[in-house]
Amino acid sequence: MGFDFNNPFGSITELLTSLLINLGLPQPLVSVILAVVGAGILAGVTLTTAGVFNIWLERKIGARFQDRLGPNRVGPFGLFQGIADAIKLTLKEDITPTGADKVVFNVAPLLAVMSVVGLWAVVPFAPQLIGADLNVGVLYVVAIGGVGTLSVIMAGWSSNNKYALLGALRTVAMLISFEIPMVLVLLVPTMLAGSMGMVAIVNGQDVWFLLLAPVAAFVFFVSSLAEVGRTPFDLIEAESEIVAGYNIEYSGMKFGMFMVAEFFHSFTIGALFTVLFLGGWRGPGSETYPILGLVYFVAKTFFMYFIVMWIRYTFPRVRIDQMMALNWKFLTPLALVVVMATAVVDKLALSQGWPRTPVHLALNGTLVLLTLGLMQAYARALRRRVEGMRQPEAGEIAGAAVGPGS
Amino acid sequence: MLDQWIFVAALLPIGLVMAATPIVAGQLLAPRKPNDIKLSTYECGVETVGDTWVQFKVQYYIYALIFVIFDIEAIFLFPWAVAYNQLQLYMVLEGVLFILILAGGLLYAWRKGALEWL
Amino acid sequence: MTAMQAVFLLLGLVTFISAVMVVVSPQLIHAGLWLVLTLAGVAGLFVLLEAPFLAVVQVVIYIGAIAILIIFAIMLTRRMLRDEGRQLNSLWAGALVVTLILYAVLVFLILQEPSLAAASQPIQAESSVLLADLGRALVDVDRFILPFEVASVLLLAALIGAIYVARPMMAGEDRERQE
Repeated sequence: MGFDFNNPFGSITELLTSLLINLGLPQPLVSVILAVVGAGILAGVTLTTAGVFNIWLERKIGARFQDRLGPNRVGPFGLFQGIADAIKLTLKEDITPTGADKVVFNVAPLLAVMSVVGLWAVVPFAPQLIGADLNVGVLYVVAIGGVGTLSVIMAGWSSNNKYALLGALRTVAMLISFEIPMVLVLLVPTMLAGSMGMVAIVNGQDVWFLLLAPVAAFVFFVSSLAEVGRTPFDLIEAESEIVAGYNIEYSGMKFGMFMVAEFFHSFTIGALFTVLFLGGWRGPGSETYPILGLVYFVAKTFFMYFIVMWIRYTFPRVRIDQMMALNWKFLTPLALVVVMATAVVDKLALSQGWPRTPVHLALNGTLVLLTLGLMQAYARALRRRVEGMRQPEAGEIAGAAVGPGS
Repeated sequence: MLDQWIFVAALLPIGLVMAATPIVAGQLLAPRKPNDIKLSTYECGVETVGDTWVQFKVQYYIYALIFVIFDIEAIFLFPWAVAYNQLQLYMVLEGVLFILILAGGLLYAWRKGALEWL
Repeated sequence: MTAMQAVFLLLGLVTFISAVMVVVSPQLIHAGLWLVLTLAGVAGLFVLLEAPFLAVVQVVIYIGAIAILIIFAIMLTRRMLRDEGRQLNSLWAGALVVTLILYAVLVFLILQEPSLAAASQPIQAESSVLLADLGRALVDVDRFILPFEVASVLLLAALIGAIYVARPMMAGEDRERQE
């Protein structure tokens, strides 16, 4: 069969399949071999991009935000900085503290990386270019994220270090708390597309879901930022906090693996947000030329990654009790309300024949106004209560009380 | 459908191996000079006192419990969301009732102070 | 032996061995981690049964929530985390014999039931269609709407009960902190 330029990825797969079958291998073995090769290419390409290019990008862009140059010595424009860092970490001594549980200590960084690499199996890069078109793709993303949470506990406990354990417990408390609004809000693209499969969600985005469900996109974005542990939610790894948290006792490449997993994860949430809310590979001309689809996808993902970095270099860090309050008292009720409202309004719009996009935009606008109004009322009540309690004292620091830490 | 999962079954071990390779390379290439100080547990420069256990802070457990409840609720809602396009309005409202009941639970937890980070 | 059978045997073996290790491990945290592996094995078996939704639900709920809850509970207690003493006592041979006899009797009785002994037929529908059907069934007045809503009330009861039980502990801690 000829190479169909309108369907390059499908025809590559067919060519390889027929090649292997003609070599005399049975069909199941052929699919296994192709799956392994594809998985290897996917893992290799994405890990290398994340480990080398993204780290350079992060440092360069961070530097520009902070009005400095960033790495510019190693290679042209400092492009090989990531490789230099990897070599340095490999050559550092790998110290396992006394009393550490050897097996669990060694497996934890592996699980962290595995959970992030596994996320890329369901990401559709272009029409016909996807690792595994699972019809439960959205829940698969949540499931694999849960494995990452497990690796944090394993790392913290096996280090035989009070501070690592404490840091790990705080980290896991934060991770599981922010998973709730994320999972709830993932119901909205599922409802709008009628399926949990990522390909179906991309195919259902004639209008980007960002326009149909902006509040849901916002909640998903914020909870993903917290899931990854990026600023403003990065107190789990900040130096002024609990001294690097659960990976205190890790050195050398094991620590490197935790760092790679974290960088990689932030890139991955850019990709997931693109697929779920920005239309994935869709764009003008992407149906006829799938290569364009790949270009659109990569561009959108890097744009979202830029937004993540922008937020990192703009906002200050949030305290843990503020984070928990944000999650349980703001994001979760908002997520619940968004799901309920979208469900009811979409059904009504369909049955009454209203135009879909303006109705959803109006709904989300109303939700935003309601939320802001409620927050204003709450802040006013809080201010009144604080002012009622204040006893004027000499030398008192006005305003913020010192919050309860842990 | 199963051949989609073959990809997943191939990707996860490959991810593990790709994580293990630099670590093994490090263990082959890096120096190994263990001494007592390096191997001791890090506690901001002072000697460790007592066993490694953490104060029982019930708040962690409360968060985990609330998380389990809401996780199960979200899972119940996923089939409802997948079938959304084929549902009639009253079926959608039944799902909304499900969410409302659990939102009531969240409100109870809020009012009883279970969501505070003590 | 087809490929499916080989994969099933492998997964079954992994699940079985991790389940045994859960019971046998002297360290509680190790038992918790072996439990995670057991649950992952069960999720793999669900995939083999062409029930992907149940597989991911297994990982999300069991591994992502319940295993973490169990590990939290283990780590936050002040007891000894390690089992002192031997794992087997002197009667282990007799216990093994009795267990094997019980297993054989159970398998024999189960195989008497004709529908269970027959080779299973695969369901003739796509799993995505089945998932949509499950969604419809959960809210269909003739089918599972009542268990669906009762499940939400059950979850609410669990939530309220847990908070009610934990409140004295939270209040006690708060008092401790203020002293």
